[in-house]
Amino acid sequence: MIELIKDIESRFNTSDYIQKLKHLAFITVEKKQAISLVTYLRDYHKYSSLTLLTAVDWIEEGKFQLTYLINNPQNFTEIGVRVMIDRENATMESSHHLWENMATYQRELREMFGIDFPGSPRIEENFILEGWDNIPPYRRDFDTKEYTENTYFPRPGRESNDPATYMKSKMYPND
Amino acid sequence: MDLKNLFQMNPDRSQYPEMGEDGKPIIDLSSHKYLKIWQGPQHPGVTGNMSLELTVDGDEIVESKTHVGYLHRGFEKLMERRKFIQCFPTCIRMCVAEPDPNEYILAACIEDLGGIEVPEMAQWLRTLALEMARLQVLLRGVPGQGGTFALGLGYQWGNYIRDLILDRFEELTGGRVYHMYILPGGVRGLLPDGFKKRMEENLKLADEFVKSIDDLMYNNAVFKQRAVGLAHIPKEWIDKYGVYGPAARAAGVMRDVRKTHPYLKYAELDFEPYTTTESDVYARSRVRWYDLQTTIDLIRQIMAKMPEKGEIKAETPNVMHWRIPKGETYQKCESSRGEYGLYMVTDGTDKPRRVNLKGPSYTHANALLDKLLINANIADTAGIMVSLATCPPEIER
Repeated sequence: MIELIKDIESRFNTSDYIQKLKHLAFITVEKKQAISLVTYLRDYHKYSSLTLLTAVDWIEEGKFQLTYLINNPQNFTEIGVRVMIDRENATMESSHHLWENMATYQRELREMFGIDFPGSPRIEENFILEGWDNIPPYRRDFDTKEYTENTYFPRPGRESNDPATYMKSKMYPND
Repeated sequence: MDLKNLFQMNPDRSQYPEMGEDGKPIIDLSSHKYLKIWQGPQHPGVTGNMSLELTVDGDEIVESKTHVGYLHRGFEKLMERRKFIQCFPTCIRMCVAEPDPNEYILAACIEDLGGIEVPEMAQWLRTLALEMARLQVLLRGVPGQGGTFALGLGYQWGNYIRDLILDRFEELTGGRVYHMYILPGGVRGLLPDGFKKRMEENLKLADEFVKSIDDLMYNNAVFKQRAVGLAHIPKEWIDKYGVYGPAARAAGVMRDVRKTHPYLKYAELDFEPYTTTESDVYARSRVRWYDLQTTIDLIRQIMAKMPEKGEIKAETPNVMHWRIPKGETYQKCESSRGEYGLYMVTDGTDKPRRVNLKGPSYTHANALLDKLLINANIADTAGIMVSLATCPPEIER
């Protein structure tokens, strides 16, 4: 994997390379080169399978981290390509042309983190939420507890009775 | 009268729907050529709480869209507000049918980032728990494929033996469905006295069941007629659409994390996952049937090879005050449906920064199912869906 990383570093502006396990490494790349790097790995290094695409909200730094985790089924190695994008008006180039299943990940990220992928199929359609009018719920500044308290009213507790007394009052109301 | 043509179910509908310039079908519901129907979310032919928006021309599907969200509880978000140990009750609920892989991958992520080595005995017990989980899923899942084609008997038989395996889970872990047996550093307990003997009795029943299901399903004329040739997945789609586990192995592509990235004690066990090339519903079901036999054999091997006693849990920091250094990892295992992984990012606090579950259903039930259902008959929808073993909770974690 070291040779592969050297090759990547000679072609792309990368940083923060970490060899996590024998078969798993992570590397950060500039936003404008990200899709080129993922395409390069897919087409020239047999990283032909997309394991996942997800986001991490680094709210303190005003950034979202996108992680494209891709897999090489020939030598069973995995590379996590990290891309840092601005949190404000978060937008990333769509890569739905690379894998058929990519559009689903992008659609989910738009809904849950508010990251837009212009041109991605059905990107405007709801994925999980329907009629959501709050900030995207997987952002760190969305407070689940506060939302629940404001949206749903507290349910009154159940009324409990002593069974013997209750049955007696029902069966012999006149006693 | 030509009876063959009278019952011919493949009319030429190549003209419908017309394709637009953008490659998408032009479906005008007001033309009365098409009808939109919803299969799910409450429907016996849907694997859990999801629905399919089907556009049909007669009884043939021309477009399908998967809708999820009926079960969304925001698990990944909830885990960001919980200490690592408190994430377990949440994480295991991401797949009700097979919760043990969830426990394992969460524990493996915490151990990897927290620098914990798991004792050998605990690794054997974890392997056993994971194989028992696979067994109880397959006992229901394999005959469940027959159920989608109105062959419900095997499902009832399988459920009986599955219940006996849940008895074994109950005595090993205290729980029948959710076990919380695997925790960071190891497992919660050793095998109870007489466990191996009782498990062997159950496995003998499972052996008989495997033979019965071969006669009942795989040699049944109706099942074969319905399943053979249905929903073929070409080999080229495996990476393109993200196909994993038995569905990939039915297309001749070896995808089994137990072999490609041996974890726990799988490297010390003798097994060879079955592959075939037909890649239709029948082949995918057949691969699972062979998996069932492999699992029974693996449980026997594990019980024979595992030591009688040993340390079952490594020492960990106080779990209520455990701060894990900043980092990220991806840990995976092979569930009965395929590769099951967890991506975890930590920031040095006592809670995970981000947790993202990747289950095979995410790709199987969305991009792949939408594609496979085109030109299929409505009556085959359930059969195709079950052949991909979709589990909605892992899509909308």
